[in-house]
Amino acid sequence: MIDMLVVDLSRWQFAATAMYHFIFVPLTLGLSFMMAIMESVYVMTGRQIWRKATLFWGTLFGINFAMGVATGIVMEFQFGMNWSYYSHYVGDIFGAPLAIEGLMAFFLEATFIGLFFFGWDRLSKVGHLVVTWLTALGANFSALWILIANGWMQNPVGAKFNPDTMRMEITDFMAVIFNPVAQAKFVHTVSAGYLSGAVFILAISSFFLIKGRHVELAKRSAVVAASFGLASALSVVVLGDESGYVATEHQKMKIAALEAMYHTEEAPAPWTLIAWPGENGEPGFHISIPWVGGLITTRSFTEELPGINELVERAEDRIRTGIIAYSALQDIRADGSNEEARAIFDEYWPDLGYGLLLKKYRVDIENATEAEIAMAAQDTVPGVWPLFWTFRIMMGLGFFYIAFFAMWFYRASRGWIDTNKPLLWFSFVTLPLPWVAIESGWFIAEFGRQPWVVEGVLPTFYAASGLTVLDLVLSLSFFVLLYTVLLIIMVFLMVRVIKAGPKDKLFADDDDADDFVMAAIPATPANKELGS
Amino acid sequence: MSTIPLDYETLRLIWWLLLGVLLIGFAIMGGRDLGVGTLLPFAARTDAERRVLLNLIGPTWEGNQVWLILGGGAIFAAFPSLYAVSFSGFYLAMMVILVALILRPVGFKFRGKVEDKRWRTAWDWGLFIGGFVPALIMGVAVGNVLLGAPFHLDHTMRIFYTGNFFQLLTPFALLAGLVSVGMVVTHGAALLAGRTEGIIAERARSYGIWAGLATLVLFALGGVWISFMSGHVITSVIDPNAPINPLNKSVELVPGGWLSNYSTYPWMIAAPVLGFGGMALAVFGLAARRKWLAYLASSTGIFGIVSTAGLSIFPFFLPSSSVPNSGLTLWDSSSSHMTLFIMLLVTAFFLPIIVMYTGWVFRVMRGPVTSDSLGKNPNAY
Repeated sequence: MIDMLVVDLSRWQFAATAMYHFIFVPLTLGLSFMMAIMESVYVMTGRQIWRKATLFWGTLFGINFAMGVATGIVMEFQFGMNWSYYSHYVGDIFGAPLAIEGLMAFFLEATFIGLFFFGWDRLSKVGHLVVTWLTALGANFSALWILIANGWMQNPVGAKFNPDTMRMEITDFMAVIFNPVAQAKFVHTVSAGYLSGAVFILAISSFFLIKGRHVELAKRSAVVAASFGLASALSVVVLGDESGYVATEHQKMKIAALEAMYHTEEAPAPWTLIAWPGENGEPGFHISIPWVGGLITTRSFTEELPGINELVERAEDRIRTGIIAYSALQDIRADGSNEEARAIFDEYWPDLGYGLLLKKYRVDIENATEAEIAMAAQDTVPGVWPLFWTFRIMMGLGFFYIAFFAMWFYRASRGWIDTNKPLLWFSFVTLPLPWVAIESGWFIAEFGRQPWVVEGVLPTFYAASGLTVLDLVLSLSFFVLLYTVLLIIMVFLMVRVIKAGPKDKLFADDDDADDFVMAAIPATPANKELGS
Repeated sequence: MSTIPLDYETLRLIWWLLLGVLLIGFAIMGGRDLGVGTLLPFAARTDAERRVLLNLIGPTWEGNQVWLILGGGAIFAAFPSLYAVSFSGFYLAMMVILVALILRPVGFKFRGKVEDKRWRTAWDWGLFIGGFVPALIMGVAVGNVLLGAPFHLDHTMRIFYTGNFFQLLTPFALLAGLVSVGMVVTHGAALLAGRTEGIIAERARSYGIWAGLATLVLFALGGVWISFMSGHVITSVIDPNAPINPLNKSVELVPGGWLSNYSTYPWMIAAPVLGFGGMALAVFGLAARRKWLAYLASSTGIFGIVSTAGLSIFPFFLPSSSVPNSGLTLWDSSSSHMTLFIMLLVTAFFLPIIVMYTGWVFRVMRGPVTSDSLGKNPNAY
């Protein structure tokens, strides 16, 4: 039997390392594009202040990027280390986007990031600008392929189980790439990254404006961040990830769990604003808004949404056919020439994964009892209330940021950037909020997918490596400790860089007049920032 | 699968080769950074000297490391069973490698941000660990591949690994680890001798000569040891076009079996010859102050040494010491015919582009690095 403690610890480790990694990734996605925009303005206008801004944000970007790389190396190998049965079972499909990510994206990003920092005095202006854009593009392509891989776990299209090799194999690569769930995820995730980058720049610029330091650089950065942020906030909410949820059965389960919707609602479904668990965990007290639910989840007023209880009944049926598929598979594995078994398997294989849910309760799942089948069907319900609340936190923050950036954008267009101190303070202290939303989003996506690691295909508990508890205690505690120490050091260094502010003199051999004036004359209100 | 223009057998062979290209790519490109990291506290003793080393490899090390990341991704995509068995089996060894590698990006970036002696010295040792430990453990892993790993598969392809971390540290595996450290140190020293000046170059030269000689001796010792060791030989008929199933073969252990390929395919002897020749020439180049010769020769030596390991165990990837029939070969651990073909198309398109832009970046960053040249760039490490 499978050691459930090992499975749980493996899940904790993957969740911890992935969520740490995703503290840094969004900022890389967002800052890289905004730096590229600022440097483009520098190249077009020739104004030094834009180069200064690019360099300053670049320094913070570099510190963040180092952490992204450090935590990212682990991700590439962890599937094999902790999820070896998963790696065998779906590697034929899942490995491809991961490898393509390396070929197309990470190589590009990692090769040009060196030139971004070290190439300023070795490249022409345009040459360096191209390098900056390629770095940003590399980061975003990287997100694309990772989300194609993740999207396949949520909606495993273009693949079929091969009884001879005992694994899923690819049948339609284009379907994997153009998986609607993956496409929705990509847009949603990179938009969230852009948003976090914009909030980061806006928060630190606000800090400078409050202190009256580096005012010209902060103002310009704030204008870029306000416009970029507004576009990102609109995109992240309107092109929400859940648009792809209706695609499959378990995605429907995820929707039902997010909405704590135990009973099927006729279209258009209402939307529950808040609710508390009552009897049997079903919502007791709640406030609902008519029609909105259908709009949020299906983008239509006519599509009906099944409730949790109905979906559990459907899962029970699929578990029963899953048992048939599993028995046929056993026959094929024993005797490859058994054509009768192959015919049965061909008919029922899509439910094989549902049959495997029973492996939690017994090895010989052909002999499963009614009670075990009912328990396995109940297992298809993810944790409703954690999902219900994180979804509301994430959505609330999404709408908050539309309002926040709309206001900033309006004020920036009127030239009112540094006039409202309370707003600047507010912008500064709310800096961590995008990360709350982003980590909530990943929690919803991945916790909401449970009990599946690949939806409908492979249960999570069945996918883990046969490691020992000691292995996992060692690795999990070591990772958490190391990452936490490094995270603290990173924040410490970023605060130092921000306090020191942009360097007045960019390069030792710069003969740019503005920079020399800056170095020579003490700042006064009139010439606090030159080069604008 | 008549629509795929290359047959399964050919694709498996191509991917075996491509995996070799990627891993040798990392051993040469990333190996120089691991070597410089290992030499950091010794070849450079003052902060100014250490900054020269860091800024020499600083602009390109991140790209070089992608050869390893891509190697991992390619194993996953092309040989998923190998990916599953090796990384879960060598779990704690992988952990050690990963923790050491994690110290590198942060070490490069964080070290220079604070001007404090203890802070910088601490990161210097972090970067040393980030160079020395991965080189050592990767070598130990290759040693264990030659010895076979204690794992077996059941009929559902679930993996059972029956060894532990300390069992990996056998004398032969440690010897392989030292060969690995020796070759990357020689390579890193050749780079330093060529691209730095004065005292650093002189120290690097002498470390490189000793490391190169040690590599030659240890590599020869490994060869002798292997001739007495048992190698795995497949005794059943292999259908190179069949769907994967590692349990469909029978394997026997034959003393000296890892050398049998060299009599079956005599051209394979070129690999150890290049290994010895390259390393010997690197020592000569360093001694004779022929900088470019030393660097090219150490690259060739690494190519030869890594190829020797790969060719000796062909067609195996990971033999099993406990249940030899479970051992993984390129014929029975690959992805499907279609995945291998698609990934070949993608790789054939992108790999030349990667080589081109990497070459361009190296060209832009060429030239000697000295303490004086660092002051100009505010981004310098």
